[in-house]
Amino acid sequence: MTTATPTVAVGTQKTDGPTSTAGRVRKRLNSRTATLVSIVIAVVWTIPTFGLLVSSLRPEDEIKTTGWWTAFTNPQFTLENYQQVLFGRSSSSGQLAGYFINSLAITIPSVLFPIAFACLAAYALAWINFRGRDWLYIAIFALQIVPLQMALVPLLRFFSTGVTLGGVTIMPAWDLVDEQKFAQVWFAHTCFALPFAVFLLHNFISQLPGDLMEAARVDGASHPKIFRTIVLPLITPALAALGIFQFLWVWNDLLVALIFAGGSDETAPLTVRLAEMAGTRGNEWQRLTAGAFVSIVVPLIVFLSLQRYFVRGLLAGSVKG
Amino acid sequence: MEFDFADQQPKLLMLMYGLVAFVVVVGGLLLLLDVVPAWFARRQEARLIAASASGVPITRRPRQREGLFALFFLLPTLLLLGIGLVVPAIRTTLLSLMDRDSNDWVGLRNYGWMFSDDSIVRVLVNSLIWVLLVPLVATAFGLIYAVLVDKARFEAVAKSLIFLPMAISFVGASIIWKFVYAYRGEGDQIGLLNQIVVSLGGEPKQWLLESPLNTLLLIVIMIWIQAGFAMVVLSAAIKAIPGDIVEAARLDGVSPWQMFWQITMPSIRPALIVVMVTLSIATLKVFDIVRTSTNGNYDTSVIANEMYNQAFRYSENGQGSALAVFLFILVIPIVIYQIRNLRQQREG
Repeated sequence: MTTATPTVAVGTQKTDGPTSTAGRVRKRLNSRTATLVSIVIAVVWTIPTFGLLVSSLRPEDEIKTTGWWTAFTNPQFTLENYQQVLFGRSSSSGQLAGYFINSLAITIPSVLFPIAFACLAAYALAWINFRGRDWLYIAIFALQIVPLQMALVPLLRFFSTGVTLGGVTIMPAWDLVDEQKFAQVWFAHTCFALPFAVFLLHNFISQLPGDLMEAARVDGASHPKIFRTIVLPLITPALAALGIFQFLWVWNDLLVALIFAGGSDETAPLTVRLAEMAGTRGNEWQRLTAGAFVSIVVPLIVFLSLQRYFVRGLLAGSVKG
Repeated sequence: MEFDFADQQPKLLMLMYGLVAFVVVVGGLLLLLDVVPAWFARRQEARLIAASASGVPITRRPRQREGLFALFFLLPTLLLLGIGLVVPAIRTTLLSLMDRDSNDWVGLRNYGWMFSDDSIVRVLVNSLIWVLLVPLVATAFGLIYAVLVDKARFEAVAKSLIFLPMAISFVGASIIWKFVYAYRGEGDQIGLLNQIVVSLGGEPKQWLLESPLNTLLLIVIMIWIQAGFAMVVLSAAIKAIPGDIVEAARLDGVSPWQMFWQITMPSIRPALIVVMVTLSIATLKVFDIVRTSTNGNYDTSVIANEMYNQAFRYSENGQGSALAVFLFILVIPIVIYQIRNLRQQREG
C-alpha cells in the first residue's frame, strides 16, 4: 500500500479543484459559516497565550489587581518582570537565566546522541543483510509502546548504585555531583528516544532507491562509505524532522529531568523550575507569566522557523505507521 | 540584582565535555567502520594472493562480514536500549511484586492495594475520564477545524494558530491555563474565566479546587495542546483524497453534509484511527499538566502522577512499580487494536 506522502500546503496554496460552477456553488454554500466558526476557534485557541504574553509585560501591581484585558484601555508596559525573573538575585525571583543554560546543556547532547545512533541503526536494519534483521526491527519498533515510567526506578538505581551480578561489580555507581548529573539526563533521554528515532529514520532510509545502493555496491563501496556519502545527504530532511521532535520533547520534558537532574539550580531545566514556582509561588503572576514566556520562546522560534520539517516528520511518523 | 556569569561556567564546561564525547564516540565509530573493512579487505587480498600462489580453492565468507558490519552499526543502539529500556522494564515488573524496599516478595499485594485503596481507585477513575475525553474531543476539534479551513484563503495562518500550542511545554501550557482559571476573592478578577462568569452575573469560583470540575478543566489543557496534532494529520489525509472522487460526488449534486459523511469520513478513517490511538497513549501517560496545575491534589491525580509520588516521593518502590506496569498493560490493547486495523487495511 503506497500512500503518497501527503504534502501539506504551507503558504503556497493552489486550488486544485476546478473553478467551475460546481466549485463556486460549493464555496458559496459553506464559506460564510465556515469562516466564522474557524475564526472563533482560532481566537479561542490563541487568547490564553496572548493573555499570558500581555500580562508578562505589565507592572506587578497591575497584574495582581486587574485583568490583562484592561491593558488596552490603560496601557502600562514594562520589561521589569523579565529582568527580575531572569537575572534577579533573590531566591524568590526565579533566577531563570541559570536554568535557561541548564535547559540548553541538557537539550543539545540529548538531541545529537540519539539521532546519530538511530541513523546508524536504521541504516543497518534497512540495507545490511543479516539473519534476524526483521525480528530485530520489530523488537525495536515494539519498544515504542513501553511507557518510560517502566524504566525510571531501575535506571535511577543503575546510576546511583551501579551493577553487581553475583557479588561482582560489573559497573560502579556513577556518583555524579552537581553539573555532572547532566550526563545522566543525556543518557536517559538518549535511551528513551531511540525506538521512535530508529522507527522514523527507518521509514525514510528504507525508501531510498535500491538501485542506488546496488550501484554503489557494484562500484566496490563499503557499507560505511555508502552510509556517509549516499545515505546521510539524502536523509537530511528526515534528520531535521527528528531533530525538531527530539528538541521539543527534551526542552519541554518535565518527568525525566525531575528524576535524573534533580531540582537544584546546577542541573534543573526551566520546566522543573517553573513547575516548582507554579506550586510554591502560585500567586506571583508577574514572575510566572514572564517565566513561562521565557521557557516558551525558544521552542516557539524553532517550531515556527522549521514547521515544514516538523509536519513532514509528524506525518511520516504517524500516518505511515 | 545582577547575574553572575562565572557561576555558569562549570555547566558550559560540562556541555562541552558532552559535545566532545559525542564527537569522539560517533567519529570513533565511523572511523572504526572505515578501518575494520579496510583491514579485512587487505587480509582477504593477502589470502587471495596466497591461495592463487598455492592453488588451494578460495573460501569466502561474505555473509559473516555483513553481519559484523551490522553489529557495529547497531551496537550503540542495542546497548542503550538494553541498559535503558529492556532490562529496567523487566526489573520494574519484578519490583512490582516486591515490598517497598524491594527485599521480600509479596506476590500481587501491590496490585491488590491499587484496586482497594480509595484514593488510588479515584486516580484510576480520573485516568479513565482523561483517556475517554481527550482523544475524542481533540480529534473532533481537529477534524472540524481541518474541514473548515480546507482550501480557505487564510489556511496556512489559521492552521499555525491551532498548531502552535504543540510547541509549548505542558508546564508552560499549565501556567497559561492556570492564569485563565485564576481566582481573586475581592476586587477585579484577573482570570479570564472568572471575569466571563462575573460579567454574566455569576459568582467567581476557585475552579481548580472543585472536584470533579477541576479534572475536566485540566483535560481542557490537554485538548488545547493536542487538537493541533489531530488537525495536521487529518488535514493531510483530507488533502490526499483523490480529486476525481470528490469531483464525481460534486457532479452528483451531493450536499457538503453528505460529502463529509459519505466521502471524507470513510476516506480518512485510517488517519482518524492513528490519531485516536496516538492521543490515547499520550493521554494515559500525562503527568506534567497534573503536577504543575494541582500537584495531584483535590482529587485530580492520574496514574503517571501517582506513580511518581509513590516511587520518588514516598519511596514506595513496589507500589510505584505496580502502577507503572499497570500503565503498560493499559497501553497494550490500544496497540493491538491499531495493529489489527493496519492489517485489515493492507488486506482490504
